[in-house]
Amino acid sequence: MIAKLKGSYGSGIQALTYAGQNYILVDRSLIPDLLHVLRNEEQFDYCVDITAVHYPNRDKPFDVLWVLYSFARNERIRVTTQISDGETLPSSVPIWPGANWLEREVYDMFGIKFDGHPDMKRILLPDGWKGHPLRKDYPILQQDTEWVQINLGIESGQ
Amino acid sequence: MTESDSALSHLDLETPEKPFLDANELVINMGPQHPATHGVLRVILRLDGEKVLGLECVIGYLHRGVEKIGEHRTYTMFNPYVDRMDYVAAVSNGLGYCETIEKLLNVEAPPRAQYVRVILTELNRIASHQLWLGTHALDIGAITPLFYTFRDREEILKIYEKYCGARLTTHAFRIGGLQYETYAGFEQDVRNFLNFFLPKIDEYEELLTTNRIWVERTRNVGIISGKDCIALGVTGPVLRASGVKWDLRKAQPYANYKNFDFDIPIGQNGDTYDRYLVRVAEMRQSVRIIEQAVEAIPEGPIMAKVPKVIKPAVGEVYHSIEAPKGELGYFVVSDGSTQPYRVRVRPPSFVNLQALDKMCRGQLVADVIAVIGTLDIVLGEVDR
Amino acid sequence: MNSIVQYIQSYLASDKTPGAAGNMFWALVYIMLVFVGLSVAVIAMNWLERKILAHMQVRLGPMRVGPHGLLQPIADAIKLLLKEDIIPAEADGLIFWMAPFIVVLAAFTVFVVVPFGPTHAITDMNIGILFMLGVSSLSVLGIVMAGWASNSHYPLIGALRSSAQMVSYEVAMGLAVVSAILMTSLNATGTGTLSMIGIVQAQQAQGEWFIFKFFPLGLIAFFIFAVAMVAETNRAPFDLAEAESELTAGFHTEYSGFRWSLFFLAEYSAMIAVSSIAVTLWLGGWLRPFPNLLSGGIWELVFSFFPGVTFLFFAAICFYNTVRMPKHPLFRIQTIGLAAFGVVLALIGLVLFIPAVSMRVQDIFWFATKVAAFMYLYIWYRGTFPRYRFDQLMQMGWKVLLPMGLGVLILTASVALLQQKLWHP
Repeated sequence: MIAKLKGSYGSGIQALTYAGQNYILVDRSLIPDLLHVLRNEEQFDYCVDITAVHYPNRDKPFDVLWVLYSFARNERIRVTTQISDGETLPSSVPIWPGANWLEREVYDMFGIKFDGHPDMKRILLPDGWKGHPLRKDYPILQQDTEWVQINLGIESGQ
Repeated sequence: MTESDSALSHLDLETPEKPFLDANELVINMGPQHPATHGVLRVILRLDGEKVLGLECVIGYLHRGVEKIGEHRTYTMFNPYVDRMDYVAAVSNGLGYCETIEKLLNVEAPPRAQYVRVILTELNRIASHQLWLGTHALDIGAITPLFYTFRDREEILKIYEKYCGARLTTHAFRIGGLQYETYAGFEQDVRNFLNFFLPKIDEYEELLTTNRIWVERTRNVGIISGKDCIALGVTGPVLRASGVKWDLRKAQPYANYKNFDFDIPIGQNGDTYDRYLVRVAEMRQSVRIIEQAVEAIPEGPIMAKVPKVIKPAVGEVYHSIEAPKGELGYFVVSDGSTQPYRVRVRPPSFVNLQALDKMCRGQLVADVIAVIGTLDIVLGEVDR
Repeated sequence: MNSIVQYIQSYLASDKTPGAAGNMFWALVYIMLVFVGLSVAVIAMNWLERKILAHMQVRLGPMRVGPHGLLQPIADAIKLLLKEDIIPAEADGLIFWMAPFIVVLAAFTVFVVVPFGPTHAITDMNIGILFMLGVSSLSVLGIVMAGWASNSHYPLIGALRSSAQMVSYEVAMGLAVVSAILMTSLNATGTGTLSMIGIVQAQQAQGEWFIFKFFPLGLIAFFIFAVAMVAETNRAPFDLAEAESELTAGFHTEYSGFRWSLFFLAEYSAMIAVSSIAVTLWLGGWLRPFPNLLSGGIWELVFSFFPGVTFLFFAAICFYNTVRMPKHPLFRIQTIGLAAFGVVLALIGLVLFIPAVSMRVQDIFWFATKVAAFMYLYIWYRGTFPRYRFDQLMQMGWKVLLPMGLGVLILTASVALLQQKLWHP
């Protein structure tokens, strides 16, 4: 499968393995097409998870990854792409409706926006919150003091 | 983006723009303080009389930032935190986390530890399903099963208490095996529990399975097809009740589940009644697994060789297990230090809850309660 | 002075109810007795429901306040009376204030015609059963007012549900009642009665409780009534109006303290009221079991022991549990309390053995026993059944009970007519 994908996309795809698990590193530009192909041609019909990792020291600081599973092949694959801060990604809700909340959570935690998402807003944190907590430059004790004071009527949540 | 994708064609996800206040519509807030939302779930319902036109879940009231905490604790220190996510199935959470880190370290727990793990996890699955059954029945108005299930769940918690001192958030496993050797009489306790528990399942079924009101309230309520389940990422008993025979314990066996003989119960209609039957059948299957495991516990060490300070090599691992509520996944990135660089939890309740809108549209208010119950969500896990 | 005594005494030998005899003093006494008796019954019912339900659910129920929680209802009542009476800022004050009183008024007024015995009723109206059904359905008004005045979503939905439910089940209930009234006309004159006392006397005259009359027609009518009355009082499995898992507490969500306790009081007295109707219409009211089969002096004597024996039995349970109480000094007061309660019960039991008393309370005893059986059923339902959904409830009312009621009514009428034409020409 990887060979076939490589054949059609060339150098944009890098196949890697760690601890017996396959994952592919994909160029940002290939993302919408590749996910479509994986869903429709390679039968990865179940989007397990969408998440991101923040590497603040890199050029493109965010890894966004899709964990996919195919019921027909009983196989898992991870698709990883690197994007820079402020860059957006195409939403995969049209491909897997279940990606809806997962993408919202990535937005909530990392501030990565997904184009074409039906309802791109925060999910776990309150709507007016400032900052994206899972970024590495967000200290663990930080909070949106202003929000806390206005909405909860207390000095601090800590 | 290309249009008219097959995954979307059968799902009605668009919410047409309408004036917010319509004389025919009633917008009510269910929760966050509501007896039937199992915690602090808030559901905004748009009603036409009693009929549900649409709903939106507002979550996050219990958000504690577990993933952020994970980045600031060592691998070992983070272990008890995972118990606090799905607090009714804490052992399953622990199993998933420990196995993920073991995978990252490339070690495997010794056989004895594996068997004890399976026993405790399956006991936990029973406990989780019992709690689900009691509260679900309570939501639908049958108050008695709650006390029956809690009476029997107590026996499981007693075994936990004797094993590791804790009842709910057990922290039962360690990375690489078990912290504690089983106490003397552990096997006998488990066997006694199984003998005690099998007739109790019949007792629950006597109360509900053929109860006419129960059947009327649950059959054809909250129907979701297997196709929709897969598209929405719904897993666990909900998926199986829709007729998809998929269980991670069989599909991609972890721990030593491949050593055990058990069936995957499935339903046909994907309605609330089928989900009830599937979960009850799962309790029986768990009993089967425990019966086999407790007879076959080998002697031997309980811990693999794991360094005192856990420093996995640079890399990333996704590992998932079949928690009582569905696929529970952990994605851990290591940067070679003593702390995980990133811990991501893929909570089953969170993803399953997305299906609520799909399952409730066009049904009545009372059905929303039944469906929230049947999804078996734990808000600690949804919000993390 | 003499004339007052005479006035008071004049009623004692009467064979009429005080209302019918026109004796206002005794009517007042009866009203007080019924009111106090009802309040005690509600308190006892509260304790019994919690206790019985608890034992059905493998738990103990109230155990702390008094021995075996006997004083729990009193503690609850004190708590409710002392609680702050909150009227929500957005609520419609006057209507919010009035609603519980209307509900309570409706629930208590019906007891004016409930016959505890041939003379033990406040009054005997010739339209008794009609009065009872009419007044008891007034409580819908209070419920709608409560739901509307709360100015909140859940109470509003609860009130709508509950009024729709009560109105639709009243139809089936009415049909069942009519078929029982038809049976009262099976006598020489061919005229029936709506008087509650008259209905029981008709059963006495015909030598058969109406539940067994024209088997199975009477039984079916009784069954329809028994289902409709549970729905009418908004109790499980028809407790949609206060379905706590859906609507938190239904129409009384916004009520607290004393006002809430009025709703509670009304609910329980309404349960007793509809059970009284069922007992009067189908189970022979105050008549003792087997009045024909087991007649004669010896049986009269045996049955006259029943009230006393019952109380002695309860006293025995108390004494048994007194002995079983833990011997720890902390339990001393509880043990003494339970023993004292047992002594009180035993004394009442002994008093009830006095022939003069026993003859007078016979009727009341049998009536109360039958009503108590219904109360137990109410608790039993609550412990066993899940809750119906609203559409299923309506379906049951309109599509099952109503046609059944109509069918039973037509059949009863035909059979009654045939009987009168053929057997008693």
